[in-house]
Amino acid sequence: MKARWIRGLAAGLIALAAVGLTACGDDDAGGGGSEVTGEITVFAAASLTESFTRIGADFEAANPGTKVTFNFAGSSALATQIGQGAPADVFASAAPANMATVADAGDVDGEAVTFVKNQLVIAVPKGNPKGITGLSDLVGPDVKVALCAEQVPCGAAAKKALQAASVELTPVTFEQDVKSVLSKVTLGEVDAALVYRTDAIAAASDVDGVEFAESAGAINEYPIAVLRNAPNKATARAFVDHVLSDPAKLVLTTAGFQAA
Amino acid sequence: MSADPSAAVSAPVRAPRRRRRAGRVPVALLVPAVLGLLLLVLPLAGLLVRAPWTTLPRRLAEPGVLTALGLSVQTATMATVVCLVLGVPLAWLLARVDFPGKRVVRALVTVPLVLPPVVGGVALLLVFGRKGILGAWLDSAFGITLPFTTAGVVLAEAFVAMPFLVIAVEGALRAADSRYEEAAATLGAGRWTTFTRVTLPLVAPGIAAGAVLCWARALGEFGATITFAGNFPGRTQTMPLAVYLALETDLEAAIVLSLVLLVVSVVILAGLRDRWISSP
Repeated sequence: MKARWIRGLAAGLIALAAVGLTACGDDDAGGGGSEVTGEITVFAAASLTESFTRIGADFEAANPGTKVTFNFAGSSALATQIGQGAPADVFASAAPANMATVADAGDVDGEAVTFVKNQLVIAVPKGNPKGITGLSDLVGPDVKVALCAEQVPCGAAAKKALQAASVELTPVTFEQDVKSVLSKVTLGEVDAALVYRTDAIAAASDVDGVEFAESAGAINEYPIAVLRNAPNKATARAFVDHVLSDPAKLVLTTAGFQAA
Repeated sequence: MSADPSAAVSAPVRAPRRRRRAGRVPVALLVPAVLGLLLLVLPLAGLLVRAPWTTLPRRLAEPGVLTALGLSVQTATMATVVCLVLGVPLAWLLARVDFPGKRVVRALVTVPLVLPPVVGGVALLLVFGRKGILGAWLDSAFGITLPFTTAGVVLAEAFVAMPFLVIAVEGALRAADSRYEEAAATLGAGRWTTFTRVTLPLVAPGIAAGAVLCWARALGEFGATITFAGNFPGRTQTMPLAVYLALETDLEAAIVLSLVLLVVSVVILAGLRDRWISSP
């Protein structure tokens, strides 16, 4: 009984090792040559989720034999993961600051390129029940507002926009990312929130986006770069070129981004 | 203790004898035990190694740190009180009363243990939020809104931590000798009197153990709190929330805040264990 158990385990381990070896072989083929093939891992800001998923599928269709895997999260969390040695090929950040963190650590291959910009809007519940038209309408005891925390890009942009408008605002909460801010509006817990235009468009069935003039002073630039330790650099470069191409730009602008 | 001098004298003698009788520790148990210990302790050691010791005093003096720590200790303690008031009777019900659907109720009590806390926070919003089933009524009838308030933090922490208390107390109740309760009943005590005069003192160590676990879980609560109560310094920003946000920009600040939380919890838990919980 015991012998059979051990034999089973050994067989399993050998099978596992074999799989591991073939996987390594594939990696070498992809990384060593200049051919656009094999798998790449793209670390991208959470706000790019919808458009990059679409762009990734287009890229795979245009380049048979490639596979794009995404890791969507907050830009600062992604920058930390890259700094700790995560095996990523491409980094697309929602703010230059996080790209700078990665570049300063020597992890960027070449230069980062800005590929889109994103602007803030005021997200209000569908139909705008409080009749909010600008930042000054957000002040007052009967309006509950949610903002991103200053530590994340959308919070830094919100602070800049509020300063530009000389509006002093006490929100009920500083959320950890833009999607949490948005969910507070869709759940009806707050009357207004500052989010990216792309997020308001993605949640158009539940929220309306109110544009305001001062958002022009707090535009977020999105840089993208191939990483120095990319396991598959050729394909990574091809993906970045694809993101900068016209078809991809159309996907991004449809989602509410502005062309860089 | 001092009432029974023989116990005090025999204790130090008994301990080494028991160790000798146990014989050699089987390797099959020792290896996984040590690996398990390493798994639990190594990450903490990692925090200690990476801690910025030179700038530690300056970082601790930052005003936000003490505010968040104070709020954490305060809300975790209030959540534990809520859990004690509601959880001990619930545990008694599960351990001592037979009613239909008891298995389902017991399973439901443990749901917060497996539910991702963020989902728990959303669920709390759906019930106690401004548009929630109960929340809308609370708002219109009394003008009470729980999200984004300190009371909301306590509610979120109690939701997540209560199962720890209920499970511990129910276990203690099941292990307790029910003949004492039966004796009280035959002597004419009602169920309430039996509960307060016999059952509670009997399972007090179990309740204390459950309360400590419950407090510790509430202290570290993150997901349900940030989802239900939001994040505002001094009002709903507890230590774990401050750590998470510090992590966005400043790894060292996050480590310092974590260390503070760690030291406070270890000191309090170690202190309580010695005083309250008699380890057999």
